[in-house]
Amino acid sequence: MRPLTDEESKQFFEKLSKYIGDNVDVLIDRPDGKYCFRLSKDRVYYVRESVMKKAAHFGRPCLLSFGTCFGKFTHSSKFRLYITALDYLAPYAKYKVWLRPGAEQQFLYGNHVLKSGLGRITENTQQYQGVVVYSMKELPLGFGVAAKATADCRRADPMTIVVFHQADIGEFVRNEEELT
Amino acid sequence: MGRKINYDEKPKKGLGRKAKKQPPPEIPKKLQEQRRGVKKRRADDRKAKAKKIKLKPINDSESEIDENSIASELNMGLDSDDNSIEDKADDLFEGNSLSESEGPDGNGADRNENGKHKSSDSDDDDDDENEQDDDASDNDSDDLNDLSLEEASKRLVKKKAKIERQAEEEMQTNILDSERMHLPTAKELRRDQPDLIASRQRVKDILLVLGNFKARCEPGRKRKEYIRLLSKDLCFLYDYNEFLVQKLFDLFGTNVVEFLEANEQSRPLTIRTNTLKTRRRDLAKSLIERGINLEPIGAWSKVGLVITDTQSIPIGATPEYLAGHYMLQGASSFLPVMALAPQESEQILDMCAAPGGKTTYIGQLMKNTGCLVANDVNRDRARAVIGNIHRMGITNCVVSSVDGRKLPGMIKGFDRVLLDAPCSGTGVISKHSEVKSSKDGKDVQRCGHIQRELLLAAIDSCTASSVTGGYIVYSTCSVLVEENECVVQYALKRRNVKIVPTGLPFGNEGFTHFREYHFHPSMKLAMRYYPHLHNMDGFFVCKLKKFSNTIPKPPKEDLPETAEGDNEGEGEEEEMDTENKEAPKKKKKKSNKGMKKST
Repeated sequence: MRPLTDEESKQFFEKLSKYIGDNVDVLIDRPDGKYCFRLSKDRVYYVRESVMKKAAHFGRPCLLSFGTCFGKFTHSSKFRLYITALDYLAPYAKYKVWLRPGAEQQFLYGNHVLKSGLGRITENTQQYQGVVVYSMKELPLGFGVAAKATADCRRADPMTIVVFHQADIGEFVRNEEELT
Repeated sequence: MGRKINYDEKPKKGLGRKAKKQPPPEIPKKLQEQRRGVKKRRADDRKAKAKKIKLKPINDSESEIDENSIASELNMGLDSDDNSIEDKADDLFEGNSLSESEGPDGNGADRNENGKHKSSDSDDDDDDENEQDDDASDNDSDDLNDLSLEEASKRLVKKKAKIERQAEEEMQTNILDSERMHLPTAKELRRDQPDLIASRQRVKDILLVLGNFKARCEPGRKRKEYIRLLSKDLCFLYDYNEFLVQKLFDLFGTNVVEFLEANEQSRPLTIRTNTLKTRRRDLAKSLIERGINLEPIGAWSKVGLVITDTQSIPIGATPEYLAGHYMLQGASSFLPVMALAPQESEQILDMCAAPGGKTTYIGQLMKNTGCLVANDVNRDRARAVIGNIHRMGITNCVVSSVDGRKLPGMIKGFDRVLLDAPCSGTGVISKHSEVKSSKDGKDVQRCGHIQRELLLAAIDSCTASSVTGGYIVYSTCSVLVEENECVVQYALKRRNVKIVPTGLPFGNEGFTHFREYHFHPSMKLAMRYYPHLHNMDGFFVCKLKKFSNTIPKPPKEDLPETAEGDNEGEGEEEEMDTENKEAPKKKKKKSNKGMKKST
């Protein structure tokens, strides 16, 4: 377990800011304790300091997880955000997309979102902007990347992709080995 | 002149208000004949009783009878509440009929008329008579003709029931006397083909015999033979191995069949609401919208829901499940965490955490404060814990994969520890039917050994000087005494812990003695759960409190080799043994001794 190096931090926060913009400070300064990011086996964990101290008792082979895993650094040193970070990103998301009930299941299976499944989208969403995907009942379903800007979405025909799928909560069941 | 107003009373048109009353019942002719001696009033009853008593002894002087009959008639006349002429006439007629006999009399026509009138009179009289008729239980047949229709039918029903009861008892005694169960010998058994129906019948018979062995056994056959044949039949019927059936028979006695039957069916599907993300009410609402039928699990849990009908919707794949609003968990798994009662801002350890149901329950009760360490020796299963804690939104958890026995060496000082020990699984046979045939004495012994070591490690990880805690909860999904009470007894002898009430609202008490074992009297504070009694998986929960961090010297039987132990510790060990058998009060003395030694 070690803190993130500068390069790693830069990459990580860049990725985060794609979804939550400048609200990154909110994650670090929290009222219920001092939180920090730690790296263990190429995975980034977000954890309260007291919990981190307990985790430090365990050696590398024994320690599997602590706090919340946000994502993983790949072999080519790129950062990939996992669905497990959703709880922290959803409240601070700047750009959101709401799905129609019919399209929910499709997204949860890992498919991209088509125009026909799009319920609402925040204004001024640019193309390739990171978005958080919700259901109509305000239940966060995952992340994506906007394939088209808001204006283009309105004009698009029903079969075009409007949101690229990045992560969804269906992965807890489909893809558990990858996450853990 | 003014308008002429007619002040005459208008003639009443129509039937009138009271005409809506129900007309009196029409009694069919068949029954009317029986209403010959319709009793109306108490006076009649008295009179009838007096007449009957007088009628019995035939040898008495007739003059007395006549006097009495006249007197009662007069009394009746005086006491009559109803002053209608018709009733008086009826009484006189009644009196006549009684004095003659109980047979049919010449006043049949009059009787019928009276019967009709009587029926139209108030029903209150009948009610009074009903109470009195119940008292006069003798001379049933005699009364039939005098009583009203209702009483007559009631008497008939009672009679019938009595006859039936007597016949039943007769039959039973006949069965017992003539049909004693014949216990087949080994030869006979070998000759017969294995037959399901015959086996089932034999099981019932043997259980009946064992219920009252002295009275029902075949002369010359021993109890052992019956029990051996019973276990053979049960093994055959339910696919168990002999070892397990014998153990279960020792535990449950003649109720063993109920336990075995309960294991053939699955327990109801239950889920636990994640209070960090939703409320039970809201969750129930959204699941019902999806078409799932559910209801609260019971008064003992505020977060449990039992699914009564899924409508082929996968409960483990709904968006609510994926969002972490609930967890699929057996009802019995709620109990150890309820007994543990984790508080906020505590340090809690879960030693055998996989797949993470109890861990996430602890996390939600702690509301993500403090620190929760979840450990499981099996790395792959520990990864299931990671998935679940992320899904449910538990943020204060550390997941490790270490042999539980080595945990105290790495990390200590927990406020509470939960040990849901690996066991033979005799309580969850309904889920894992391979347990029926695969577990034998060696497995149980091996499990018991690991459980003992794990429990000692759990106790060592906990700290007695915790402000809010110092509790260890030991639980297994097994019903065998060797894995439950024996293990706790082992820990009681070797560490400074005592059993405290679990605080669980229902359940059977733990055993304080069982066959050759004798346990500490406080063992009855532990809780046992059975599938056939509580409709949840078989479980054992025991809550221990650590009152001192020092480790006492092991009892005598543990030190066969060391010479120093023999001399030094002998005196104290003996004391310790005797103390163990007595009240927990004395344990405090032992702890003081321990403390003194360390300083």
